[in-house]
Amino acid sequence: MTTTVLLGDEAIAQGALDAGIAGCYAYPGTPSTEIMEFIQRAPETRDRGVHAQWSSNEKTAMEAALGVSYTGRRALVCMKHVGLNVAADGFVNAAITGAIGGLVVAVADDPSMHSSQNEQDSRFYAEFAHVPCLEPTDQQEAYDITRHAFELSEKHRVPVLVRLTTRLAHSRANLRRAAPCSGETGVRIPSDPTRFVLLPGNARRNYGELLDKQDAFVQESTASPFNAFLPGEDTSLGVLAAGIAFNYVMESFDGACPHPVLKISQYPLPTDLLRRFLDSCERILVAEEGWPFIENKLHGPLGPDSRILGRRTGALPREGELTPESVAAALGRPVPTPAESELLCSRPPRLCRGCPHADAFRVLNEVMAPVGPGHVFSDIGCYTLGALPPYSAINTCVDMGASISMAKGAADAGLRPAVAVIGDSTFTHSGMTPLLDAVWENTPVTILILDNATTGMTGGQDSPATGRLTGIAAGLGVPEEHIRILVPLAKHHEENVAALRHEVFEWDGPSVVVFQRECVQTLARKRKRHGT
Amino acid sequence: MKQDLIIAGVGGQGILTIAELIARSAVRAGLNIKQSEVHGMAQRGGAVVAHLRISSEKVHADLVPRGQAALILAVEPLEALRQLPYLGPKGWVVTNTTPVRNIDTYPPVDRIRDELRRAPQALLLDADALARQAGSGRTMNVVVLGAAAHALALPDSMLEQSLQERFTPKGDEVVQMNLRAFALGRQTASNQ
Repeated sequence: MTTTVLLGDEAIAQGALDAGIAGCYAYPGTPSTEIMEFIQRAPETRDRGVHAQWSSNEKTAMEAALGVSYTGRRALVCMKHVGLNVAADGFVNAAITGAIGGLVVAVADDPSMHSSQNEQDSRFYAEFAHVPCLEPTDQQEAYDITRHAFELSEKHRVPVLVRLTTRLAHSRANLRRAAPCSGETGVRIPSDPTRFVLLPGNARRNYGELLDKQDAFVQESTASPFNAFLPGEDTSLGVLAAGIAFNYVMESFDGACPHPVLKISQYPLPTDLLRRFLDSCERILVAEEGWPFIENKLHGPLGPDSRILGRRTGALPREGELTPESVAAALGRPVPTPAESELLCSRPPRLCRGCPHADAFRVLNEVMAPVGPGHVFSDIGCYTLGALPPYSAINTCVDMGASISMAKGAADAGLRPAVAVIGDSTFTHSGMTPLLDAVWENTPVTILILDNATTGMTGGQDSPATGRLTGIAAGLGVPEEHIRILVPLAKHHEENVAALRHEVFEWDGPSVVVFQRECVQTLARKRKRHGT
Repeated sequence: MKQDLIIAGVGGQGILTIAELIARSAVRAGLNIKQSEVHGMAQRGGAVVAHLRISSEKVHADLVPRGQAALILAVEPLEALRQLPYLGPKGWVVTNTTPVRNIDTYPPVDRIRDELRRAPQALLLDADALARQAGSGRTMNVVVLGAAAHALALPDSMLEQSLQERFTPKGDEVVQMNLRAFALGRQTASNQ
């Protein structure tokens, strides 16, 4: 047993490596990115030849991992919460095919939307797909739970979801590693050749089997070392604490909570434990990070039940992350309320000095000036900061790839001109299919691909788009004369304006204008590495 | 033994390096830590903060509760001010005084300094100037670490050992420069 200090994300990565995975599959997304990054750096990845390349998006990651599981070997898939929307088709149907080699899906939710568009709660997805979900309270549990999840997945032949939230993903602590799994498993063809063929007849049989496993999942939760009923003298209130919320409850009483506590880190809910807990306390405070997932079940369809307190009833804030203060206040503990200085002003993130996106936005703003705001659909990446002053250059940011599809829809409705602004990595993630739609119908949309040769916002991961963009655009059918590469530098400003103006105003079909210059952050890191 | 720390600044100023250096020293001393960091979009020139909790017992929450920090170590004055609600009744504020004015609405820096000086215990220093004296402006964060070392429940020798470990891959020159920066910060604190 060795001790180390790891981020919650890294604890999951180390747990998966020690569980003997054949591969990790992921698309970068805050707060999940560090899982794959740790695996890429780990010595055992090189020694054992663990697959550790990024996937184009979360769906391809999920399906590739299912392919690993098909061969009887273990795989980890990682993504942020909204990435599971992209991977949902594969995820939900992987529950129907079932897993053979252990298949663990690690999803990092982002309550408070530090780097996200919503604060959806991935526990709903696990329930929706009828698979077990594990939710660690700390870094040690993140490690232990990941190893447990692989065992659980193989024992019941289902994918298992491990859910964590920003605060655990990006917090480090001491943890003890256990001995890694020994013994390599080779590739095997599944013994039942029909299991992965979801024709209706097979799917109905598999789905029935999955439903039959539900009671066993509840029994697993009851026996789980990660769920615990901690007795307490003051039964006027019981505290149900899930995941990281457990820490805030313990913090409120310096580790000695006078109330009974039901700690939940494994789902579906352990019914026997839950019944004993509910019967032993007068009122219940449900502390959970994310949506009132457990709380709403306790209220029932006729709720709210006055015995049950939580995020839905206002005992805890309905939105955002829990904090030591919000949980302490809900438990009736004193909370200091120091005043903030009146001098404070916010300091939002901004594009780096020398960022190529800034030059591209200056070109775009000059070209679009005659038609005014409202014509530019954009996407998810550093360039979303182009919505803020001094650029105020873009008008939408919804989900990966939506810039192109929304521009097309707006053009279909009659908006002229309609422009999309998307990054290189976002384009290969989800922009290629809507571009094909535009080509198919010869829709007048101008698509700016801001190609900085990296996935910038998540810290500069390699992008599969690098070196392939014009080939992809041509392959999808964009006319060669309407695929342009421009270099976003001030000295090229005038010629860039002229070229873009031509595509936006003088061509009545789809065009792709690639603004190509490397991210200043990745460039600086490369120069440092090479000592230049 | 239990100590809660807040480390603050602007994305790109080396906040996470400072947090890592202190955490590394605490772990070497056989203590438990929890260190919560900001990753992602805010690191692009936004406000960045790390919460670091050190204890001989189990650490529960990853976040420092308000009004409980023994030290706010800041490499930028407005960011020190932003974290004041976390400061405990006898806590120290140790901060660089050089502002990063990457926003149009930056408040008058004299007024920020006046408010910071009203903390229970405060040490304000021009860490940028001291860092240049040490050999490179990039050691500014280590100067502030040196100035805050007296408020940490860890011996200087452990912090210096962590500095050596952390910068050894970058060569002996960088190690010596950072040790100088640490000493200059330390000296400024003891001269106050």
